Amino acid sequence: MMILSGDPPRSRVLSALLVIIMLALLATPFIFPGAKAMNVAAKICIFAALVASYDLLLGYTGSVSFAHTMFYGIGSYAIAIALYALGPNWAAVAAGVAAGLPLALLLALAIGLFSLRVEAIFFAMITLAVASAFLVLASQLSWLTGGEDGRSFQLPELLRPGTVFVPKDWFGIAINGRILTYYIVFAASALMILALLRVVNSPFGRVLQAIRENRFRAEALGYRTVFHLTYANCIAAVIAALAGMLNALWLRYAGPDTSLSFSIMLDILLMVVIGGMGTIYGAIIGAAIFLLAENYLQALMGAASAAAAEAGVPLLPGLLHPDRWLLWLGLLFIASVYFFPTGVVGRLRNKPRPASGR
Amino acid sequence: MTEIAATDTLPKPKRDIAPVLLPIALALVMIPLIGSVSSWATLTVASLAMGMMIFIMASGLTLVFGLMDVLNFGHGAFIAVGAYIATLVLLPLASFAQADSLLTNLVVLVPAALLAMAVTAALGLVVERVLVLPVYGQHLKQILMTTGGLIVAEQTLYALFGPQIIPMPLPASLRGSFIIGDIAIAKYRLLAMLVGLVIFVAIELVLNRTKIGLLIRAGVENREMVESLGYRIRRLFLGVFMTGSALAGLGGVMWGLYREQVHASIGDELTVLVFIVVIIGGLGSITGCFIGAILVAMVANYGGFLVPKLALVSNILLMVSVLMWRPRGLYAVTSR
Repeated sequence: MMILSGDPPRSRVLSALLVIIMLALLATPFIFPGAKAMNVAAKICIFAALVASYDLLLGYTGSVSFAHTMFYGIGSYAIAIALYALGPNWAAVAAGVAAGLPLALLLALAIGLFSLRVEAIFFAMITLAVASAFLVLASQLSWLTGGEDGRSFQLPELLRPGTVFVPKDWFGIAINGRILTYYIVFAASALMILALLRVVNSPFGRVLQAIRENRFRAEALGYRTVFHLTYANCIAAVIAALAGMLNALWLRYAGPDTSLSFSIMLDILLMVVIGGMGTIYGAIIGAAIFLLAENYLQALMGAASAAAAEAGVPLLPGLLHPDRWLLWLGLLFIASVYFFPTGVVGRLRNKPRPASGR
Repeated sequence: MTEIAATDTLPKPKRDIAPVLLPIALALVMIPLIGSVSSWATLTVASLAMGMMIFIMASGLTLVFGLMDVLNFGHGAFIAVGAYIATLVLLPLASFAQADSLLTNLVVLVPAALLAMAVTAALGLVVERVLVLPVYGQHLKQILMTTGGLIVAEQTLYALFGPQIIPMPLPASLRGSFIIGDIAIAKYRLLAMLVGLVIFVAIELVLNRTKIGLLIRAGVENREMVESLGYRIRRLFLGVFMTGSALAGLGGVMWGLYREQVHASIGDELTVLVFIVVIIGGLGSITGCFIGAILVAMVANYGGFLVPKLALVSNILLMVSVLMWRPRGLYAVTSR
């Protein structure tokens, strides 16, 4: 209970689902040793933390930010540029962290102070504008960021696949630097999610929820709402940057498409809403569902598309083409905002708490 | 409604002209900085043309927000759909469009634009009924719903038209430029300016000289009051939403011709620009939107010419400085 900050899943099915996801992620290197499964699992970990930090903003304060990928990108690029410039050692990793986190924090502070005083809508538009400018900036400053190509880099010795700790004949699979990296990603993500649970269940988190429900009343009660919202924005930004750092460490690469693009922002939105806004647990469920769908549903759609093409149905092959999977997720997204505004988690919890915002 | 005694003269509303002078001053300041009058003129015409196109796209968005407090994050989808629909007419009839006669060109161009506007208006009807109506008054859900709509629309465009870039060549008679002295003015830019001005004047006339316009302006200022006087503001709003969508579609066609190519991602690209314009102008204000669009285009063109590197963030800088001057945009219309 302590570790969950007194906010347990409160539903048998949900608990079971979470336990299954956790166990599956924990055991992935041993049960599904393939590169693809490992990638999906690591991505689920990273996105669960990223989406949870976004949930702090969207679900708990009711403010829509479109700049979350910017912070994610700052984290990714900080690690990538540091390791690229300073060479593969731990000092470079530390330098990346030391440069990336304050940058994300300051930017979040500036955006927050500038735009959170007014309505949620204003914040949404400003973040969208700032994030798109940042994306252009990152792809244009190619001497620093590598432009459209991004930056690939070498990891420190300890994290490389070549570093074998336990030889293959012990467990049937070699425990190498890659698996160590995976577990670092897993542990760091889990820690961040637990920290976020702590934040939202603190008195501070309650104030955020009060602001979400009725900002005017919260202000009348004497809370400085701008301060609280900006603070939440900064926490979310720092966690997003940390998630971005994990992403860079896992991919050994940072580029506009993997860490900054607008489509990642949409992915995060989809995950939060499908999982359940204002629950933190929803982030884990949403990320797992979405990424599994992204990686495995496409094969299914490809088969369906081929079948439709053979049957000679017009239009359907195009609509079912694997590249169009986002279309179906978009429809699912609209349906879930409309019919299940509390997402999977809200549905599973017996006492749904509507996360409606104004 | 009671009438005010006909003899009373209403107090003249205060005219706030500082924002109007801003783009003019900006243009004048740029003359010595750019140095040559001919490049200055070309850049100014380019900014005005680009500004008009952006204004056409943004006008609907700002009215929709002002009137009904609805922010449509899917507005960019209408822009993209409009451009794609126009290719349906322009590409099969390419021989007409490439004929060297203005009349033949217009015979395809006008129906293409009208069809695009009709389709986007119809799409606006559907979007308003299906996506926006259920979530009136809930900003968070509005943003989410319309963002979902944007994803679906963009993916559907990819599914129907394919992911490749579709070329959209300018009709032959609109290519090239007029040369006056040593100043070259592209013909299409002139047309874009003309269309934009006509639309601006039309919107201003409708808003200021007709009963519907009166109701819209009243609704922007105080929705409940208009409702309590017995007007169906929802129907009015639907009309505004559809008009805004149609204008976005028209803007998409013009932008497609300007760039001479169409891709579904222009929706995303322009959404950001349109938002910046709407924020700068002040949510709900048509005049503000007009000036904001011209300012954004000027900063983009002059900035791109003088300091190309700065052009990347020039829009943000412009937005920040305008908001420092007037935190609610150039013209604050709504009390929200």
